[in-house]
Amino acid sequence: MTPASKSRILGMTARGATTAAAILIVAALLPLGLSSYQVGLATEILIFGILAMSIDILAGFAGRTSLGHGAIFGVSTYVVVYMTSQAEMSPWLALLLGIAAATVVAAVFALLAVRTSGVYFLLLTLALGMIIWGVCLRWTQVTGGENGMRGDVRPAILVGQSAFYWAVLACAAVVSYAMWRFVCSPFGLTLRGIRDSESRMRSLGYNVPLHLFIGFSVSGVFAGIAGALYAMFNNFVSPSTVALAQSVEGVLMMIAGGVGTLFGAFVGAAAIIVLENIVSSYTQRWLMVLGITFVLIMIFAPEGIIGKLRAIFSRKAKAP
Amino acid sequence: MSEPILTLSDVTVAFDALKAVDGVSLTVPRGQRRAIIGPNGAGKTTLFNAIAGAHPPTSGKVMFNGNDVSELPPHRRARLGISRTFQITNLFPTLSVQDNMMLALRGLKPKKFSLFGAPDPDEAEAARIGSALKAARIAERADVIVKEMSYGEQRQLEIAIALVTTPTMLLLDEPAAGLSPSERSMIAEVIRSLDPAITVILIEHDMDLALGLVDHVTCMFEGRVLVEEPPEGIRRNAKVQEVYLGKPRHA
Repeated sequence: MTPASKSRILGMTARGATTAAAILIVAALLPLGLSSYQVGLATEILIFGILAMSIDILAGFAGRTSLGHGAIFGVSTYVVVYMTSQAEMSPWLALLLGIAAATVVAAVFALLAVRTSGVYFLLLTLALGMIIWGVCLRWTQVTGGENGMRGDVRPAILVGQSAFYWAVLACAAVVSYAMWRFVCSPFGLTLRGIRDSESRMRSLGYNVPLHLFIGFSVSGVFAGIAGALYAMFNNFVSPSTVALAQSVEGVLMMIAGGVGTLFGAFVGAAAIIVLENIVSSYTQRWLMVLGITFVLIMIFAPEGIIGKLRAIFSRKAKAP
Repeated sequence: MSEPILTLSDVTVAFDALKAVDGVSLTVPRGQRRAIIGPNGAGKTTLFNAIAGAHPPTSGKVMFNGNDVSELPPHRRARLGISRTFQITNLFPTLSVQDNMMLALRGLKPKKFSLFGAPDPDEAEAARIGSALKAARIAERADVIVKEMSYGEQRQLEIAIALVTTPTMLLLDEPAAGLSPSERSMIAEVIRSLDPAITVILIEHDMDLALGLVDHVTCMFEGRVLVEEPPEGIRRNAKVQEVYLGKPRHA
């Protein structure tokens, strides 16, 4: 039995809390040593890390990989840009509306998808995402169609590159903590139970579709937060933000970091975004390089970067 | 004999034209250890499903502890104190034993919806999990991941999961299926030392194991009750020998 009286800081073990604090401090000091372009990249990594984490809640803990999260993310971006540029709403209110819109979309996706699993879940979420993409592309009066929409989303105090980075970092820290608490909670345990055996969960008295619905909707809230931050980051939105490629990129980041590792999402996002920027400065064949990278990851580290590191360390710890 | 805890009256479970259980009436007194034996296809597991609610009876009545549960879904029956194990091991393989027990314990409680709450069990929960694991003789294995345990231990965990909800009646569906002789005697030991207040109904193919554990035996054949007798009589019963070994041929 684990002793219940282990000393905890906000639910974290002392070691976990120290590691988290150290990473946060290093991340907060980054803008002092980086060029403003690099700070922009770091901001993007944090935003996509949140998106990848929200996908990991479902994929890693409930065993349901969604290809519709890019669309949920993008809906939030669209709403935030539209509300600030066309409806001239205050940015703060627009952010809340964006997250709310993403949550509603996620809840609708969830209603349709929670009774499926495996490849059917994948395809259903993919199709739902395509519908959102189609709407954004064709509803020209509102979305600007293929040209997209430009907006001045960032509040005045966050215009500076470093100030915005710090704001996103603070947000990412809070959101990551919330997601971590969520997957560790009694409810999170029920999602892991569903991943392992739906039939057993049902016989123990759990309403499996209801749990998946709640899990999907909560995951949608976090994807919506990422989308709202992206609106502030980019000040621009176009159909490519809600396209399938966005969902796939989120899923790939999660896989690269390690499915079910949660924080691996940031490592995966960093790996892919940095690689993309390095490769793109040499060749236009970035997608080919991305494809090859994934084949290599699948062969040599199918458990992802963090998963692989954990496996190596635990093997070392066990060895005499 | 004390008052009955389970009474089946004329229970039939039909799958289209096939009557897997055909007009079974059965009374189990409180605290009894009862075995249901019979050859393959006799309707033993279907009868279990009718009692636990996975396949409610097509006709007939199931009375449990004074309540008519014939129409209730499985989780409502679980709430009344009926708990069961499965013939085929069905656990959460990537979770620890402790987490398996937590899921079993919280299935009927509102705490399962706590979205950001602490993961640890409270004192009452820890005590119940501890005593269930102890009864199943795997108390020292709480932190092990289930897929790393032996098959025998997984069968023990199956029983622990059924016990943690503190049932009044426990249905064990072939608890020793597929186990080695030493693992079988371990399971037998676990069943023998269960709290005598719990009524236990056991399906088992292995006559020696079943007869050594119970006070009373029901032998089923082709969906019907063939014989009801204490274990001493059942071995010598001509009808039971016939369904198990075939009709003796007259030379």
